[in-house]
Amino acid sequence: MISIKNISKWYGDFHVLKDCSTEVNKGEVVVVCGPSGSGKSTLIKCVNGLEVFQKGEILVDGVSVGARGTKLSKLRARVGMVFQHFELFPHLRVIDNLCVAQLKVLGRSKAEATEKGLKLLDMVGLQAHTQKFPAQLSGGQQQRVAIARALAMDPIAMLFDEPTSALDPEMIKEVLDVMVKLAQEGMTMMVVTHEMGFAKQVADRVIFMDNGQIVEDRLKTDFFSKPGTDRAQQFLSKILSH
Amino acid sequence: MPILAAGLDWSIFFQPAFDGSGNYLRFLFVGFQWTLFVAVTGWIIAFVVGSIVGVFRTLPGRVLPTLGTVYVEVFRNIPLLVQLFLWYFVFPDIVPHLGTWFKQSLNPLLQQFLAGALCLGFFTAARVAEQVRSGINSLGAGQRAAGLALGFNIPQVYRIVLLPVAYRIIIPTLTSEFLNIIKNSAVASTIGLIELSRQSQQLGEFTAHWYESFIAVTLLYGIINVTVMTISRFVEKFTRLPGYVGGK
Amino acid sequence: MYQFDWSSIPGALPYLWQGMARTLQITVTAIIVGILLGTVIAVLRLSKNSILSSLAALYVNGFRSIPLVMVLLWFYLLVPSVISKIMGQPHMDIRLLSAFVAFSLFEASYYAEIIRAGIQSISKGQVSAGLALGMNSGQTMRLIILPQAFRRMTPLLLTQAVILFQDTSLVYVIGLAEFFGVAYNTGNRDGTLVELLLFAGAVYLVICLSASTLVRILQRRLAP
Repeated sequence: MISIKNISKWYGDFHVLKDCSTEVNKGEVVVVCGPSGSGKSTLIKCVNGLEVFQKGEILVDGVSVGARGTKLSKLRARVGMVFQHFELFPHLRVIDNLCVAQLKVLGRSKAEATEKGLKLLDMVGLQAHTQKFPAQLSGGQQQRVAIARALAMDPIAMLFDEPTSALDPEMIKEVLDVMVKLAQEGMTMMVVTHEMGFAKQVADRVIFMDNGQIVEDRLKTDFFSKPGTDRAQQFLSKILSH
Repeated sequence: MPILAAGLDWSIFFQPAFDGSGNYLRFLFVGFQWTLFVAVTGWIIAFVVGSIVGVFRTLPGRVLPTLGTVYVEVFRNIPLLVQLFLWYFVFPDIVPHLGTWFKQSLNPLLQQFLAGALCLGFFTAARVAEQVRSGINSLGAGQRAAGLALGFNIPQVYRIVLLPVAYRIIIPTLTSEFLNIIKNSAVASTIGLIELSRQSQQLGEFTAHWYESFIAVTLLYGIINVTVMTISRFVEKFTRLPGYVGGK
Repeated sequence: MYQFDWSSIPGALPYLWQGMARTLQITVTAIIVGILLGTVIAVLRLSKNSILSSLAALYVNGFRSIPLVMVLLWFYLLVPSVISKIMGQPHMDIRLLSAFVAFSLFEASYYAEIIRAGIQSISKGQVSAGLALGMNSGQTMRLIILPQAFRRMTPLLLTQAVILFQDTSLVYVIGLAEFFGVAYNTGNRDGTLVELLLFAGAVYLVICLSASTLVRILQRRLAP
């Protein structure tokens, strides 16, 4: 489904991504972890073209992200993204946040879009808040709406960029529960996160990045039981200790 | 002459004006009308052009942002009075078809009005552009990214995601620019437009009652000021989003 | 196609130069007096004494709600009569003196707002530290707050100075000839108004653009 081949990216002189390659197959859940500055957010943003890369190729369902002829907006309509800071549109009510892209990008009718929006809000447990404005919701609630907003586009894959890093501890679980449910329903997911509990529960593979490189890319069970590189071990021990 | 209200002759406002247009109160009112007329017209130009230039400066790419920057730097670094004279004296002579039309087909008052409105409009547009730019930037890169990630193209991102919130954020600064346009309209008196400050000068010249004239006009400017600020506060309240406190 | 005739510019250069000197006289005077007076007003505005702070607010809001053109006309009306009462005939051109007074007082209100914002941006902890060391509030203001506030506000103060430089062209309304006035009069007299106005515009553009660029460089150096 998502094919990342030899991606390299520079910000000016700074070599941010160094020859990264990996695959996310249909229905797979891949967790990307690593210290800050390792390039994991940048890598995931390259998948839907929010960041450009200078070398390599990324294919999403056969479509080349970096190719000149590719209509990025069409690609992005098929791949959902959830951001660290939720990024709900503050001037639109919750239900309108869910509908606006369905109407303007997919061309659905208002009735169709609203029905889908309400169904998804129900799925994430927020059906009582359809008319509220984002600023009236807690962080956890906003992030669940953000997930629903991305799902409303019926994506073939979902990208998560540190979805729980900006949340207060007591709200992390409600968001992870939604993500677990999504994974169990067979969604193709690429998740940048520090939440190793989530990884242990639903991930198929775990990727460890450090300094712009993919250092480890292993099956979940292997990653957590059989130690690989020293770097990954250090990182894991620091994270898992609290 | 000491500035005591008692020593001033306020009856001059009820005396007939030298141009036969009624009494001097009406004379000043005509000035008030032209001030508002040229300021509002200028504001419409400023808002439209300024929004376009402000958006240009925040677009990805190189050409449009550079055009925007050039516009802002040119119109901010030439004095308002010089710009006015360029519109009124230079533009009609240099620009081929529009210029001759301006010189020949418009009566003097319209020429003064048009030059004044265009000058105020394009001058203020540079400042509005900066407000719009800073409003959009204060939303952070995340909102733009979220819009793009949903599949919106760039025009949609601006129309649906960025501008509705950016404009709400900059209402106070836009109000202050509107007040500036009203004050700046006084420079049009130098090319003879019969706006408020010119009328006050004429009144003084013809009746020699300078203090009364200036006091009345100063009060009028003050009243306009207070009125606009009050309206702006209502607009702000009306468009406020529940719970939201400005950009990140 | 308009036939440009730049011939009257070279001959007029000495007068244009004198005009520019006059522009700079007004600008510099207004900057110095404006900043000094503006600082006093800003401090008064923040004072606990409600009479003083209201007076300061009245000053600032008063000057900021009327056009500069009106301010110039007002002082051109007031200054001659006040001066003649105080000291008879002045040595200076009365228009120039009116311009000095008008610009200084007008700019002071704008500088007062910039400086007030600067003072308020310094954390209250600094005042507490000063008081805890035994200083009185006057000393904390003079020795601790103001130096820091000015450092922070320097780019804004300079930007306002560039605006002031441009605004001096408005003395045209009281018949005083500085750089712009000379350019206009020369062009009017020689029938080359278009060329002189374009020349004046270009000169202002170059000077102000250079000045704002320098301010931006300074801003980048001062910011941590």
